[in-house]
Amino acid sequence: MLGFSPDEWTAIMLSLRVATVGTLFGLPVALFLAYILARWRFPGKVVLDGILHLPLVMPPVVTGYFLLLTFGRQGAIGNAFYEMFGITFAFRWTGAALACGIMGFPLMLRAIRLSFEAVDRRLETAAATLGANALWTFLIVTLPLALPGILAGVILCFAKALGEFGATITFVSNIPGETQTIPSAIYTYTQVPGGDYQALRLACVSIAIAMIALIVSEILNRRIQKRIAVFE
Amino acid sequence: MTNSEPALRVSAYQKRNGFTLDVAFESASPLTALFGPSGSGKTSVLNLIAGVQRPDKGCVAVAGHVLTDTDARIFVPPHLRRVGFVFQDAQLFPHLTVEQNIKFGQWFTRKGGKSALPLEVIVGVLGIGSLLKRRPATLSGGERHRVALARALLSSPRILLMDEPLSGLDDARRDEIMTLIERVRDEFSVPIVFVTHNIEEVRRLASRVVRIVAGRVIATGTPAEVLGGGSSSGPC
Repeated sequence: MLGFSPDEWTAIMLSLRVATVGTLFGLPVALFLAYILARWRFPGKVVLDGILHLPLVMPPVVTGYFLLLTFGRQGAIGNAFYEMFGITFAFRWTGAALACGIMGFPLMLRAIRLSFEAVDRRLETAAATLGANALWTFLIVTLPLALPGILAGVILCFAKALGEFGATITFVSNIPGETQTIPSAIYTYTQVPGGDYQALRLACVSIAIAMIALIVSEILNRRIQKRIAVFE
Repeated sequence: MTNSEPALRVSAYQKRNGFTLDVAFESASPLTALFGPSGSGKTSVLNLIAGVQRPDKGCVAVAGHVLTDTDARIFVPPHLRRVGFVFQDAQLFPHLTVEQNIKFGQWFTRKGGKSALPLEVIVGVLGIGSLLKRRPATLSGGERHRVALARALLSSPRILLMDEPLSGLDDARRDEIMTLIERVRDEFSVPIVFVTHNIEEVRRLASRVVRIVAGRVIATGTPAEVLGGGSSSGPC
């Protein structure tokens, strides 16, 4: 299809699936933690903030290694997941989604947190005096007003997840059809003689996907901004 | 003052960032003005009534409902107080239309089964019928104040708190909003507490004045008593 070999095509579809799943599962967690970090005061907040940002500054291989230790079949969490839900992460596409989601998570968290912080708290107060409890206020005031930032965070996370290599290959290896995402496939093609053309083609695909994601987010963002624009 | 519970009873002590607020007053008047210079703590009093702030010590009762009583450990959260708050800069929700804004409170109070003031009447009195489909960003300052007032009224409040609703308006708009406040006061029988530093507004609108200076009540009484005779009124 479109001149791609089945292997390339598999890698492209797998990358999209892995990045989408990783981002969507991370989103509710990011929303919750971003809200806590933006609005609550509690001891240990700085430490929590630091831990959540670790994947951004740690070498990806280290993140992948820790994932292997904790989410591998022998790892505490990985074993619990297998016992409870029958889900395995190690050397499976689910593990690739986990690794990509975690690597993109700090970017998403940061964007969402900033957008929550930018929402005028006096609007939340106004909602309260009109009878809205904290949950309703969040759902119909804070969340819609933070939507542009949330969207930006989702796109950033998706783009990062799409390009993730180090943590993924460490945690789930590079198995065609299971864990070989676009970056892993590019890496493989660069290692074999005559693979340059295929590597370049996949590189172009990943650039195209990233561009499309950015353009879509920009269009959506403009629509949202138009709705909530405040000009005096 | 009256034989029944006064519409509003406030007694609060609060120390924040070096500013001490220590006020006590009650009022059964349809429109009470909190009058005093900027920074005297008038807005804090409104916040205490609305439950946006908590006093270190004190109590707030509106129409016989105790909303705050630090001694009895009572603190009704803001969303259950049924207090209509008209903020100084309106605070309309920018992502909602005017209609959605003014129906915001109605939706929550209706869940409690309480009858609201009729929307058509409020929209008619405030003259915002033509604005309903617009967004707050496209409204003028005066229009915003009217919408904010409608929004607060439609949440069927027990009391209406207005924080300098006339500041930042030109004379024509000011007069227009003052006329509306008079109509709201006379037609909807919701007691109003009104914060201002403008003496004309007090004389025209208020039947009772609480004069606040530097976090303390220095006089309460009718506008003539408080503004005419200086600080001659006794403590409440």
